[in-house]
Order: sequence, then structure tokens, then C-alpha cells
Amino acid sequence: MSETSTAAGGISACSITLQLNGQRREVEVYPWTTLLDLLREQLHLTGTKKGCDHGQCGACNVHVNGTVINSCLSLAVMHDGDEITTVEGLSENGELHPIQQAFLDEDAYQCGYCTAGQMMTATYVLNSSHIGDSDDAVREAMSGNICRCGAYKNILAAVQSTRGKV
Amino acid sequence: MRNFEYQKADSVNAAVTAHAGQASSFVAGGTTLLDLVKIDIMQPERVVDVNGLPLYDVEALDDGRLKIGAMVSNTDLAYHPTVVEKYAVLSEALLSGASTSLRNKATTGGNVMQRVRCPYFRDGVSACNKREPGSGCAAIGGHNRSVHAVLGTSEQCIATHPSDMCVAMAAIGAKVLVTGPNGEREIDFLDFHLLPGDSPEKEHALDVDELITHVVLDAPIEGSRSTYLKLRDRASYQFALASSGVIVATEGNTIRDARIALGGVGTKPWRAREAEQALIGEPATEQSFKKAAEIAFKGATPYEHNAFKIPLGQQAIVRSLTHATAARA
Ligand SMILES: Cc1cc2nc3c(=O)[nH]c(=O)nc-3n(C[C@H](O)[C@H](O)[C@H](O)COP(=O)(O)OP(=O)(O)OC[C@H]3O[C@@H](n4cnc5c(N)ncnc54)[C@H](O)[C@@H]3O)c2cc1C
Ligand code: SF4
Ligand code: FES
Ligand code: FES
Repeated sequence: MSETSTAAGGISACSITLQLNGQRREVEVYPWTTLLDLLREQLHLTGTKKGCDHGQCGACNVHVNGTVINSCLSLAVMHDGDEITTVEGLSENGELHPIQQAFLDEDAYQCGYCTAGQMMTATYVLNSSHIGDSDDAVREAMSGNICRCGAYKNILAAVQSTRGKV
Repeated sequence: MRNFEYQKADSVNAAVTAHAGQASSFVAGGTTLLDLVKIDIMQPERVVDVNGLPLYDVEALDDGRLKIGAMVSNTDLAYHPTVVEKYAVLSEALLSGASTSLRNKATTGGNVMQRVRCPYFRDGVSACNKREPGSGCAAIGGHNRSVHAVLGTSEQCIATHPSDMCVAMAAIGAKVLVTGPNGEREIDFLDFHLLPGDSPEKEHALDVDELITHVVLDAPIEGSRSTYLKLRDRASYQFALASSGVIVATEGNTIRDARIALGGVGTKPWRAREAEQALIGEPATEQSFKKAAEIAFKGATPYEHNAFKIPLGQQAIVRSLTHATAARA
């Protein structure tokens, strides 16, 4: 990470490098820019959503070095050199990722605002060797992703039908 | 969010040095700090990033204790084989807290240092002695049902300490290792969090610029079993109304040793020593557990909306002790 000359209130922006959805990106961020705001406001990757901005809803969940986190409670500067995957990075070669297909097939959303976060948590949950495969274990592991439309039943079905495919 | 300087430290001493001299905050996972900076309750001028410090190890010491680096995530600690096998109460407490994604970010040091969830503290305008000493306490006589305590309260503040992890550590017994401008020292875990008393703004025993480097758990009690029970308004992703972390060793049906710590009911992670003493030498029966549960809440002070926490906390103790002493197939 190196400091650049850009300044706001006397504080310099920092230049950081991310491996974002498989691509190397160099960006300048102020220290107080969250990872979520960097993705949405600077890089225009608006698939990741801002629900509460306080760690309470999971709409902003992304993968950092293979682990799911809430991007609203992380500073962008803390991620210099990190590998980041957002919902835009799920599909490969124009093919929907199995979890995306399952959300379609199971009708696992209504307004869709929570969906990106749900899918990012779901792919992590499906790949975690510590999290059990029962419906209850999945419900518990995904309880940090709130769905105001109440699509939980179909979200659970989508996650379970993707098991073994990711 | 307010503007602040950012510095990433690459050693413990560099972190302590970078923290000195102005209003600074360490950032580990950021799940408490950034939440509170966004609502301007915490107001650092400089944020010192400790994610580059070599504090990610969980190490079994020769004397049987377990040394946990401050940067070990709540997820990694919960699933660490030694913790799962020998400190079930800690693994279960960690997994009952927050959510999958928050636990991936939250660290051991940050969890110890998390702030209260009192809505009057967070709203930035109500009377709150913790946020603005001398301004009063809007929770006393206000809405004080879910995140307000019945044990360890004062006329200045009644907010609960919200951590689940810390309840398990209080039961196990631990030392907090810290490094500051004057070098290293260790603080007993039970002395780390302070009662609100007349100065609720002072929450912990850290001196200015001190950094937590490790938490060292006492060796497990030989032949003991442990568990954590968390009772809350919904089944997941919610702070405790009452929780009970217990460790019990029995000889036949007689209790040889016992530890009880409570969450959701106290202004700090609450160790119920007298209740433990009352169990030792007694038979492991519901009657003994009920007696201990009563003793644990002997000095409790209910407020307008949280009196239910006394029976709830007592039932949590009885149920967790029952579970920990139940015959296993
Ligand atoms: C929606 C939500 C729900 C939650 N639910 C629960 C729950 O059910 N149970 C529960 O127990 N917790 C819960 N939490 C709290 C969560 O556990 C804490 O936010 C987390 O553990 C803090 O760790 P962190 O590493 O993110 O800390 P940070 O936010 O990085 O730091 C927290 C504080 O500690 C200081 N600090 C950090 N590291 C050190 C160090 N090494 N030495 C000295 N000071 C340090 C920071 O300066 C800051 O003041 C919840 C949080 C959220 C947002
Ligand atoms: S209970 Fe404590 S934190 Fe809440 S308003 Fe009163 S003084 Fe502030
Ligand atoms: S926007 Fe991050 S958790 Fe709600
Ligand atoms: S689909 Fe609308 S919030 Fe989940």
C-alpha cells in the first residue's frame, strides 16, 4: 500500500491492490471508506447491497480470501492484497453458478434485495466442513442474512438443493 | 463516517507506538469499532490496524493452559480442536454469538473489548453516563428489558456486558496478556471488565495505549464437562436475555468441582462463586442446582421491565447444570 497525493481534510487517500473477482484492481481509497462503499460507489459493482450498514442484515456479504464477511463493517484499506469475490464473480463463462440457478428454480426471493448476500453466505456455508448439512444447521448458519420478504423457506430449499454441486 | 488517519502496524510495539499521542483506536475485525464510529459514538482521529500482527496462533502450553492470540477469529477459535474437545463451553458460547459472517471477522481481543448494546448509549442524544459522564442514565426508569442487568448494576449504569465468549472465559478462568508503552503485564480475566460503579465510562482494566496480545485459558478441570446455554428473544442472531456457562466435575453422583458464569444478566461477565461453592460436595440433583441458582441471584436488583431475568437466569443455570451432568450413552 502506498500513499498518494489526493487529500481530504489533510488526510491522504491510499492506493491498494485487490484481486477482485479474478481481476487485479488498483484503487485509491480514503481510510474511512468501507469495503462496501468501495465496491458500490467507486467500482460500481452494485450487486452487493447496503441494507443496514451496521452488520445486522448480511445484504453486504462478500468473500474475502474464501471467507464470508460483512463488507459494511470492514475498511477498504484493510484489504490491500486480498482476494475478494462478490456476487458478480459467482458465474463463470456466462453460466449461472449452481446457487444462482437454484435461487431461480426455487423462487428463493421476492424483491431480491437480500439475494446477493444470501448467496454469498450460502456458498460459504455449503463449503464449510464445520457446518452441518441438516436444515436446522443451515438455518442457524444463515441467520445473519435477513430477508424482509420472508423468503426463508425457499432460500433454505435453494441452499439444500445446491449441496454437492459447489 | 468521520474522517480519520489510518496506520497499519506490523509489530506489537509498532501498534502501541502508533496508538500513542492522540485519540486512537485499534481496529481488529472492526465489527464493534466501525459500527460505533459510523454513529459517532466512538470518535478516533487515528485508527491503528492490528491485522498484520503475528497474533493468530492457538498454542497449548506445557502447564496445560491454552494461549490464544488476540487476532484469532471467533470462528477459528470455536472450531479449534482443543477448544471443541476441552473447552466445549467456549466453543458453544462463541457459536451462539452474532452470525457466521460476523464471527469470521470478530477477533478474540475485539470480542473482549466489545461495547454495550444499550440503545440509549447508541442513540447519541439520551442521558447516558457511559457516553457522557454526569449526564444521567436514561435506561433506569426507561426501556430496560433486554440489554439491561440485574447483577452488578449501579445508580449510574445498568447495561449488560453483551459478550457470550467472555462468559465462557469467566467460567474457565483466564489471564489477559497486554503490552503497552511500559512493557508487558497480565490481568486476571475476572478483573479485566469493571463494574460500572460511579464511573461507567471506565469499562476495563487496560491502561492508555495498551494492546491485548493474548488470552491464556486456565487448564481444564480434570474429568469435567461443560456447556453454554443462551436464552434470547429469537433462536439465533440475538444477544442473550440470560445465559449460563457451566463446568462440572462429578465423582459418582457427587459434585467435586463446579464453575458457573452468567451472561445477559450482569454488567460484566458474571462469575457466580458462591453458587459454585454451594454445589461442591452435593449430589448432582435438580434440588442442588436450584439451590445454587437461587444463591447466584441473591443480591439481584430488578428494574421496571427486566425482573423476569431473575427466574430466567436461574432456570438457565438449572438446565445447563442438568445437561452437563446428565448420563451419556
Ligand atoms: C449485529 C451484531 C450482532 C452481534 N451479536 C453478538 C452476540 O450475539 N454475542 C456476542 O458476544 N457478540 C455479538 N456481537 C459483537 C461481536 O462479537 C463483536 O463486535 C466482536 O467480537 C468484536 O471483535 P472485532 O475484532 O470486530 O473488534 P473491533 O471492532 O475491531 O474492536 C472492538 C474494540 O476493541 C478494541 N480492540 C480490538 N482489538 C484489540 C486488542 N487486541 N487490544 C486492545 N483493544 C482492541 C478496538 O479499538 C475497539 O474499541 C454482535 C455484533 C453485531 C454487529
Ligand atoms: S445503562 Fe449505561 S449505557 Fe445505558 S443509558 Fe444508562 S449509563 Fe448509558
Ligand atoms: S449492510 Fe452490512 S450487514 Fe447490513
Ligand atoms: S427477497 Fe426481499 S428481502 Fe429477501
